[in-house]
Amino acid sequence: MLSRTADSLYWVSRYVERAEYLARILDATTRLTNLPTTYGGAGTEWQSAVLTAGCEEAFAKAYGEANERNVCDFLTFNPDNPSSIRNCLAQARSNARAVRTALTSEMWDALNGAWLELQRFEKKRMDREEFARFLDWVKNVSLVFDGSAYRTMLRDDGYWFSRLGVYLERADNTARILDVKYHVLLPANEQVGGSLDYFQWTTVLREVSALTAYHWVYREAVKPILVADLLVLNRRMPRSLAACYESISRFLDSLGDAYGRQGPAQRQARKTLANLSNTRIDDVFVHGLHEFIEEFITENNRLGNTIFEQYLQ
Amino acid sequence: MRIRISHTIGYDYAEPARHITQILRLTPRDHDGQHVMSWRIEPNVDGRLRASQDAHGNIVHSFYADGPISALAIRIDGLIETIDLAGAVRGGLERVPCEVYCRDTLLTAQDEALRGFAEDVTAGAGTPLSRMHALMNAVSDRMHCVEASGRAGVGAAAAFAAREAIAQDVAHVFMACARHLGLPARYVSGYVAQSDSLPHGNGAHAWAEVHLDDYGWIGFDCANALCPIDTHVRVAIGLDYADAAPVRGSRQGGEGENLNVLVNAREAEGRFANQ
Amino acid sequence: MVAFDEMSGSGAELRPAYEALDRWLKEAPPEMLALRRSQAELFFRRIGITFAVYGDEESTERLIPFDIIPRVLTKPEWTKLEAGLRQRVTALNMFLADVYGPKECLKAGIIPPDLVYRNACYQLEMVDFKVPHDIYCHIAGIDVVRVDADTFYVLEDNARTPSGVSYMMENREVMLRLFPELFSTHRVAPVDNYPDQLLATLRSVAPRSASSDPTICLLTPGQYNSAFYEHSFLADKLGVELVEGSDLLVKDDVVYMRTTQGPKRVDVIYRRIDDDFIDPLAFRSDSVLGVPGIIGAYKAGNVTLANAVGTGVADDKAVYSYMPEIVKFFTGEEPILKNVPTYRCREPEANAYVLDNLEKLVVKEVNGSGGYGMLVGPHANKAQIETFRRKLKASPEGFIAQPTLALSTCPTFVASGVAPRHVDLRPYVLSGANGISCVPGGLTRVALKEGSLVVNSSQGGGTKDTWVLDA
Repeated sequence: MLSRTADSLYWVSRYVERAEYLARILDATTRLTNLPTTYGGAGTEWQSAVLTAGCEEAFAKAYGEANERNVCDFLTFNPDNPSSIRNCLAQARSNARAVRTALTSEMWDALNGAWLELQRFEKKRMDREEFARFLDWVKNVSLVFDGSAYRTMLRDDGYWFSRLGVYLERADNTARILDVKYHVLLPANEQVGGSLDYFQWTTVLREVSALTAYHWVYREAVKPILVADLLVLNRRMPRSLAACYESISRFLDSLGDAYGRQGPAQRQARKTLANLSNTRIDDVFVHGLHEFIEEFITENNRLGNTIFEQYLQ
Repeated sequence: MRIRISHTIGYDYAEPARHITQILRLTPRDHDGQHVMSWRIEPNVDGRLRASQDAHGNIVHSFYADGPISALAIRIDGLIETIDLAGAVRGGLERVPCEVYCRDTLLTAQDEALRGFAEDVTAGAGTPLSRMHALMNAVSDRMHCVEASGRAGVGAAAAFAAREAIAQDVAHVFMACARHLGLPARYVSGYVAQSDSLPHGNGAHAWAEVHLDDYGWIGFDCANALCPIDTHVRVAIGLDYADAAPVRGSRQGGEGENLNVLVNAREAEGRFANQ
Repeated sequence: MVAFDEMSGSGAELRPAYEALDRWLKEAPPEMLALRRSQAELFFRRIGITFAVYGDEESTERLIPFDIIPRVLTKPEWTKLEAGLRQRVTALNMFLADVYGPKECLKAGIIPPDLVYRNACYQLEMVDFKVPHDIYCHIAGIDVVRVDADTFYVLEDNARTPSGVSYMMENREVMLRLFPELFSTHRVAPVDNYPDQLLATLRSVAPRSASSDPTICLLTPGQYNSAFYEHSFLADKLGVELVEGSDLLVKDDVVYMRTTQGPKRVDVIYRRIDDDFIDPLAFRSDSVLGVPGIIGAYKAGNVTLANAVGTGVADDKAVYSYMPEIVKFFTGEEPILKNVPTYRCREPEANAYVLDNLEKLVVKEVNGSGGYGMLVGPHANKAQIETFRRKLKASPEGFIAQPTLALSTCPTFVASGVAPRHVDLRPYVLSGANGISCVPGGLTRVALKEGSLVVNSSQGGGTKDTWVLDA
């Protein structure tokens, strides 16, 4: 297939995934800030939401203070923020339009419908309730798009590139949530893993829809080390880094088999997957979660570049 | 006159370039006024160089290099024997009817000012030839010709309004006027050998040719205010600069391009004169 | 001036081809017709929304109105029209091969040389270059208008990148969906084999170096082009890649597509980019839509461009007036399709007539485009006429003149019910090494404003399905 087509399919999925992620961050942050400070509200939640979204520089330029209004505005409809929800959906649709015939009509309808609907939300003044509905709607768009792709796309290279976009983005998002939580949410005088940040860790689990899963898997109160275990190493947890890499590696192998040629992307993905499989969470904490995550994010970006060089340019 | 030409067109790129394609019109042909004794054109990186001919009869080289390349230089070395024919161009390859050169192009599009100028300055002259001489002198008086050194052309109308232009646009001004007066006119790119008597010599240069029924093609170099003599080496012709440009190229990547051009054209003397 | 009506001829008769349609129109309950019209609009709006959306606000504006009453041609009418189209396109291709090759028609004085040589569409790059099978215009859209029962005039030859064929196909699609009963009472020749014929045409002109299964692609200026919907539609129906300039790369005079499996050689390019923009190294250097070096590959014989570069010289306004002579010179036959009578003002006698009859004529500047520099005599005031009189005296060679035409009308749904509206017809003619083919019918365009002769979609024109009855 055309490299540009593959590239667009890949980015359509990445942008939709990113839009959903932003909605999840905003949803969880709103909940967290509603708590009385004694239960974990540290006053830095909105700043942390910006950090988790990975756009602190752009935000600092556009606004001064990280409060609810500024951050929500910046991450949802701000046209100047390249990764606001609005711009993610716009980018997804624009990429989709350029390769319209490579998508199924269900996928296109999901995106095009979302784009038209988004403009209705954009014009409204939203109260908190309305805003919550909007965030649910964004998550829903992603579910519908993802489901359409899963149910209607031919299982060939187009599908695999589209999936690679989903999982690379998801891995990056999960890693960022963990990293920001680890460093920023924690008040300076609190020891990492202390009891006060219980609600904050719960929030992390909420951000990745894993609160129930956590209880099923560990049957314990929420503990940082177990949250990290779930989100980094547990392959049963669909947003964990290990699960993402299992998928990435599988789809890259499908590409390699179909094209009759393996390349650096396949080798790199397998190496990262092997690392995740051979690591115990205790070792991660001994060497430092932050260092581990930082290295992972770098590797994940590197894989993105490798895929680009190998297939998409 | 025997003229030795060495011309280097060098590029370097801050970011390496890939898939370089260049279309080179850098090789002269023989006609009554010039004989090509030797000519070499050599890129300094690996690639494929293919020669062909364009509609005007110019020799065109297509050069392809895959890269990545961080620096590229094309070197031209040649020796030409010229004769002064007072601007007349005879015995050359003419592939398309001269009527083609009556067309206006983007770079020679006329405006009211140019048209008025062309009519005014040629009003007193009798024959087509004397009108063209009058036009050359008038363009030469009006336009201040400046060294190119990285400056890009702007086209006849804009150059005329600015009264100051690089050689290619001075030629465009003249061509636009000649075409308005109903005469076929074309663009010439070439070299002029170093000479104390010429204000614009020693290097790459551009002038124009006009077709007159009784004489055929005749060159007019407004920048030097004369019809080309034996200091002038014709390399390529076209409807305008874009059509006869020495180099047209494309590449991928290669941000931060830096262009370096060295031209030397001078009379060959002494024991090297025949080599 | 009473126009010929496709349904009722010149008076109150009912032409046989429309009998069943007329009955149906009379019997069908108005609510049902209204419902079908809105369903048709919905269908197109859906495609429109899917494809024609540009920015935020203009979502639905780009719909071209569709009229549900078809325009009907009988088999004998079409047979004659088709023979005329084949003849015309054959002549167009022979003319192009000639002006870029031996120039016999110029030597024979069929057409003044300056019309060719001074024409900016006469591409010097093509001089003495032989295209595969001598075919230049692979896809032609010949605009014809009808003035009476037996006479079709050619209004314009579109020999560059004619568009609209997707509307021809979508119009039929929507009619089949909405009015299946009509198709059981009419034997309508199908049009949905157009993509197959186009593909066969493109394959037939692949360069000799190509394999028996040549790689074909469709080159579009991109999603911001107004015809992008059609490009995408056609690529999909043809089963070929829809590429933008940046998807192609030229290396050693060979064109490749960038694919996920590395560069893939391309043999035939159905290009919907104009000559001027197709190669920044050969034509306009400021073009970012094109493919650097593609003309080099083309001239090395490694890729076929459809249509060929330089076909514009054949559909130029000035050259148009010589088409009857051109057809005769190259085919040795009398032209089956007439031109709109045209006065060439460069000829003194013609110019004298034009100057005497300015208030009756349409005067067009030969190098002007899109209605620019045009005088419509019957609608012009004295001052405008005098301005043109001066222009015509000063440079007669720059103008042609034509009588104002009564284009035929066809019953059309308008706000007040069914009323006659002026129509034209654009049939699509394909030329390949495998011969000439022409899908029965074409795209009928209709001027929706009462009395208007302007069928362009940009000025309130709509489209209709075009039926050629098989029996």
